[in-house]
Amino acid sequence: MFTSVDEVSARLAETGYLASPAVATTVFLADRLGKPLLVEGPAGVGKTELAKAVAHVAGARLVRLQCYEGVDESRALYEWNHAKQLLRISAGRDETWDETRTDIFSEEFLLPRPLLTAIRGDEPTVLLIDETDKADVEVEGLLLEVLSDFQVTVPELGTITATRRPFVVLTSNASRELSEALRRRCLFLHIGFPEEELERRIVRLKVPGIDAALAESVVRVVGALRAMDLRKAPSVAETIDWARTLLALGATTLDESVVRDSLGVILKHQDDVLKAAAKLDLDAV
Amino acid sequence: MSAADVTDRLVGLVAALRAHGVRIGTGESVDAAQAVTELGFTDRELLREGLAATLLHTPDQRRLFDTVFDLYFPHGVGAPGEDPGDRDDLRDRLARALADGDEALVARLAIEAVDGLGGYGSSPGADGWSSYQTLERLRPQTLLARVRDDIRGRGGADGFTDRLLEDEIRRRIEAFRALVATEARRRVAERRGRDEIARRAVAPTADRVDFLYAGKDRLAELRRTVQPLARKLATRMAARRRRAARGTIDLRRTLRGSLSTGGVPMRPVLRRRRPSRPELVLLCDVSGSVSGFSDFTMLLVQALHDQFSKVRVFAFVNRVDEVTGFLRHGVADPAGLGARIQSEARLTAYHGSSDYGVALGEFAERHGAAVGPRTTVFVLGDARTNMSDPNLAAVRRIAEQARHVHWLNPEPRSLWGTGDSAAPEYAELVAMHECRNAHQLGDLVGRLLPV
Repeated sequence: MFTSVDEVSARLAETGYLASPAVATTVFLADRLGKPLLVEGPAGVGKTELAKAVAHVAGARLVRLQCYEGVDESRALYEWNHAKQLLRISAGRDETWDETRTDIFSEEFLLPRPLLTAIRGDEPTVLLIDETDKADVEVEGLLLEVLSDFQVTVPELGTITATRRPFVVLTSNASRELSEALRRRCLFLHIGFPEEELERRIVRLKVPGIDAALAESVVRVVGALRAMDLRKAPSVAETIDWARTLLALGATTLDESVVRDSLGVILKHQDDVLKAAAKLDLDAV
Repeated sequence: MSAADVTDRLVGLVAALRAHGVRIGTGESVDAAQAVTELGFTDRELLREGLAATLLHTPDQRRLFDTVFDLYFPHGVGAPGEDPGDRDDLRDRLARALADGDEALVARLAIEAVDGLGGYGSSPGADGWSSYQTLERLRPQTLLARVRDDIRGRGGADGFTDRLLEDEIRRRIEAFRALVATEARRRVAERRGRDEIARRAVAPTADRVDFLYAGKDRLAELRRTVQPLARKLATRMAARRRRAARGTIDLRRTLRGSLSTGGVPMRPVLRRRRPSRPELVLLCDVSGSVSGFSDFTMLLVQALHDQFSKVRVFAFVNRVDEVTGFLRHGVADPAGLGARIQSEARLTAYHGSSDYGVALGEFAERHGAAVGPRTTVFVLGDARTNMSDPNLAAVRRIAEQARHVHWLNPEPRSLWGTGDSAAPEYAELVAMHECRNAHQLGDLVGRLLPV
């Protein structure tokens, strides 16, 4: 898919995703080594966006498996279409049982779910397994076969192997420790908060009307907030929201009253707002 | 670099990481080697990211990895080419680089500074390089005012963001100090062999630092891990609860139900679990020697408080006082928690050293009602009684009243019973666990907390 790390950054940037060197390198390696990519990081730094951007760059279709507590085999892998099987049985009254039996467990009656869909396609595919940490431990076991050998075993049909390996991205918020077995099959990428220079570029790309000086001030204030040891440090998504808010308010520079009034956009806890206001020498909020 | 040399370095790097407790299999080493061939050696930062992606599994290993990587894949060999200037010249250039925010130049200056100011010993080159000596001679922290005035003079900062300037400069100076430490380590490793330096002179990941020896900044780093750790433990406990809830068959109701199917038990009825959330009592030694451990554990338990119906925390040095209230309000300022408990709760009488016997006796006496048949008690402390009576009777009384009593001891097991430690005596009465670092604590809490 890619020939160099620079090409990865350049092509991702075309789709509006500005990647740090760490992100670009890891995406490049994931493509070259043919390994799944496990992305961790705080909420709102663009983990899911990365998968979408890669799909866009590669011209691949995006298959998404959203994990949640209680997601199981029939939601993630495949399911037999029982209703259709019953119809088939009652429709063919005068054949022998053996014929019917081999027929109702054929591909026609198989309902593919995201994992199987991603494996079976011939076109290039990006498989996004979102919020893997929300799923139960049993589902991780299910993923192992798919991630290491890119194959799915259906007992009645046999093993279905991918003709074309999908590019797999797993995301996690680390609310649960993923198992060692799963981690070992993946390349690990931790997306943290971006460096100042990169964040400035992101803000100017995502909020087109913003003045360069204002963007710089915004990023510097957010940087200071992140150094403050808050309950929830503001993420890139919040920086962008804040920049948009300031633009909508018609502010051209930051001053005390503007910051005080809009602090709620970047900080989500009252404790944090108070603490930040004190440290930034704002008057009482 | 030749292929064999690269392999040697890679294997050395992996071995050093393993020595620090990072679990890396052969498969990952092979992946790392493949990453090296894909990325080449033209850009060292890309190589760093590539190796990190293939070798690491969790973000907290990254700091350790970076230090070890700098030793095995250094930016260069030997001394820098140009002759280092004297101290004042270096300070001038550093001040200018800091004002410009020129990271590449700051990095070069760190290399020169170690070369010019860090060498010690009598041989013509130097016997070693010390980052401490470099920083003592250069004193970069005193450049703050100068850099600030420089930036202000140029009109680089005005309006609201001016107030952020000092902190930003402080962060840049901090980064410079880290660079000096890295460079000094590299120079020392060239002389003494990098394998040895990688094992001895590299700080372990935060969760494996001994509570008893953790410095101030490591404790601050640990405090930041409280919330994520608590979240992990909560999910683990929820899973244990779910698992505990299924499986036991209610025989009476199963048989009663079987009457409608002619006495054949077609549908097993599972026993209903009463949703009882356990109570927790924490009894913490907060005297100087173990306060880092106690603070961390208290914060962790407070973060887990919604998992329990009731959490009460008592602190003692040689007297006991309840501190549950401090903790609830202390979440906003975890760093100041220990100081507030020390100053506002009544924990000492006559002298300031810990006395387990008196404190435990007073607890059993005055707060005995806090411990009931549904309570789990955690005692945190090193069991060093300063030669006074350990008061085993009080412990026995607490153990009889409570459902479980666990004692978490931050000392290594080999030291239990040495000197004035009464650990073996207490361990006969209640279960005592070695709990030296955050990693062990997380393990123990996840295992021992009642569900």
